[in-house]
Amino acid sequence: MRARTIIEKIWDQHIVAEQPGAPPLLYIDLHLVHEVTSPQAFAGLRQRGLKVRRPDRTIATADHSTPTTPRSLPILDKVAAAQVAQLEANCREFGIQCFGLNSDQQGIVHVIGPELGLTQPGMTVVCGDSHTATHGALGALAFGIGTSEVEHVLASQCLLQNKSKTYQVFVNGTLNTGVTAKDIILALIARIGIGGGTGCVFEYCGPAIRALSMEERMTVCNMSIEAGARAGLIAPDDTTYQYVCGRHYAPKGAAWDAAVARWRTLPTDDGAVYNKSLTIDAAALEPMITFGTNPGMGIPITAPIPDPASMSDPLERDTLAKALRYMDLAPGKPLLGHKVNVVFIGSCTNSRISDLRSAAALLKGRKVHPDVRVMVVPGSHQVKEQAQAEGLDQIFRDAGAEWREAGCSMCIAMNGDQLQPGEYSVSTSNRNFEGRQGKGGRTFLASPLTAAAAAITGTVSDVRELVQ
Amino acid sequence: MTKFTAFESKLAPLAIDNIDTDQIIPARFLKTISKQGLGDQLFYDWRYDAEGKPKPDFVLNTPEAKAAKILLAGDNFGCGSSREHAPWSLTQYGFRAVISTSFADIFKQNSLKNSLLPIVVPRDVHAELFANPAAPVKVDLATKTLTLASGRVVEFPVDSFARHCLLEGIDELGYILQQAPAIAAFEASHPAAVNTLA
Repeated sequence: MRARTIIEKIWDQHIVAEQPGAPPLLYIDLHLVHEVTSPQAFAGLRQRGLKVRRPDRTIATADHSTPTTPRSLPILDKVAAAQVAQLEANCREFGIQCFGLNSDQQGIVHVIGPELGLTQPGMTVVCGDSHTATHGALGALAFGIGTSEVEHVLASQCLLQNKSKTYQVFVNGTLNTGVTAKDIILALIARIGIGGGTGCVFEYCGPAIRALSMEERMTVCNMSIEAGARAGLIAPDDTTYQYVCGRHYAPKGAAWDAAVARWRTLPTDDGAVYNKSLTIDAAALEPMITFGTNPGMGIPITAPIPDPASMSDPLERDTLAKALRYMDLAPGKPLLGHKVNVVFIGSCTNSRISDLRSAAALLKGRKVHPDVRVMVVPGSHQVKEQAQAEGLDQIFRDAGAEWREAGCSMCIAMNGDQLQPGEYSVSTSNRNFEGRQGKGGRTFLASPLTAAAAAITGTVSDVRELVQ
Repeated sequence: MTKFTAFESKLAPLAIDNIDTDQIIPARFLKTISKQGLGDQLFYDWRYDAEGKPKPDFVLNTPEAKAAKILLAGDNFGCGSSREHAPWSLTQYGFRAVISTSFADIFKQNSLKNSLLPIVVPRDVHAELFANPAAPVKVDLATKTLTLASGRVVEFPVDSFARHCLLEGIDELGYILQQAPAIAAFEASHPAAVNTLA
């Protein structure tokens, strides 16, 4: 048999039918649903008199519009409250398990999938959310879809999909102190641009990827979409199996052994050919930070902000100049030392227990700068409980940070957690688009370590100076 | 779905690369449970000032772009989130096509399901269109061609199945549901690894 990549193996295993003149019909193993992109899909089912084909392969939670204030308080925003209530009503009507706001399993959809053992190697996973590639960290082919496709999957458990190209991202070497998984992915996006992966699925591989924990791998895969890729994944290994083993929905006993034996056949065959390849040297990476209005506008923390005058393409030049105007930044100078108003530690990119541990380790015994508001938003209720069991909440509170309930929060600013016009944030989230964190707000994306450093100093800072 | 027919229109030019879906429709408008009423929210933060008054310098507020059915945008249009609210707001505003040098994958898929045609053109054609956006351009999906005011005819790529569905007004879900026997056969030979109801 022809040598295949893991991407092709998972794809081949899920083809239901291939009719001439139509894209292949791909079977979906796991469908994650949230309140924002599903109501119109459920309405469509109702209109056509259709059922959900496989409620047992579907799971829902509320995360985007939900407040991060104490759960005992009602949702004050009536529109948001109605949307969350609609999700719960839809799930009741169609027989879907829903982890609502008061559930112990509630959390950001891309945090709870792996956490509960729902996401497993070799699966196809979709969600009406572009950060679905997060689940690729477990060796699943996971991608975001629109609401029409949410309806297709609810009704048929299938999607018409054209095959993507394969793109190998080989990360060599070892990360230096203060440099994290977030810096790997920000460096990749800065290098190939936010359209660099369009039409492709990334496979991240190489020694620096193998050395990452599961949660760090999720951070890398999560931002595949920010390079335009359809998905991004990492072949499963012992790190993966150890992570999945024992989780609530993971196979048990003999079924576990059979699953691991099957998963061990997934990694890319020797000699398999990718459509594209690129190598990154982990040892050469510095902590990364974005300066502009898309995730590709990123630089090493000590580097100067690029100058539009140096760009030859007029559209590219105008786009960069527009971004710098919005950010009110001058080209040619580093961001280091730039004032910060808010630090946000959270989102499906960086809200897991290891992210909170690394931020807490830096903040322990230190104080948040008096001019900075620091919000720490755990990715799920379970992450929150774990952090509290370890005393991390107390470290954050003692330092002067806010410790909040789980959700997407200020990553997308739909729930009242937002920047004021003109404010600057260092955020561990995934998007720095204009107004993403609140109308007129300005976002610098970075790792939890770099965010914690900014919390202490009140400015964009090189975390390596604080850890040494 | 209504059938996608040929049409002619001037262009609304937006010479910016990487226009993301947060600009097309900001996230705060996604709390709706309806598909309707999104046309007024299109490009909201670029289109209106803090008081909600139209910004006179934004292209959609200029008399030149009024009634344009084609949006002409920079490279990698529609990047970012998967929100289908983006093509919903574009079509409800009145756009039937977007022309760019490339599109983000999810946006392209979402658009094709909503009778909004994403048209990819080479850089020189892109530049010619930006040079004269007021001149009418003819879009013909049946022949996969754009006819520029200069008379230049440009063929554009489009997925053949999506094109068929658009031209015939066929809904993809109907087609998928016809495959129910194949889906059932697949399920019989691929037992589920996870039961979310357990």
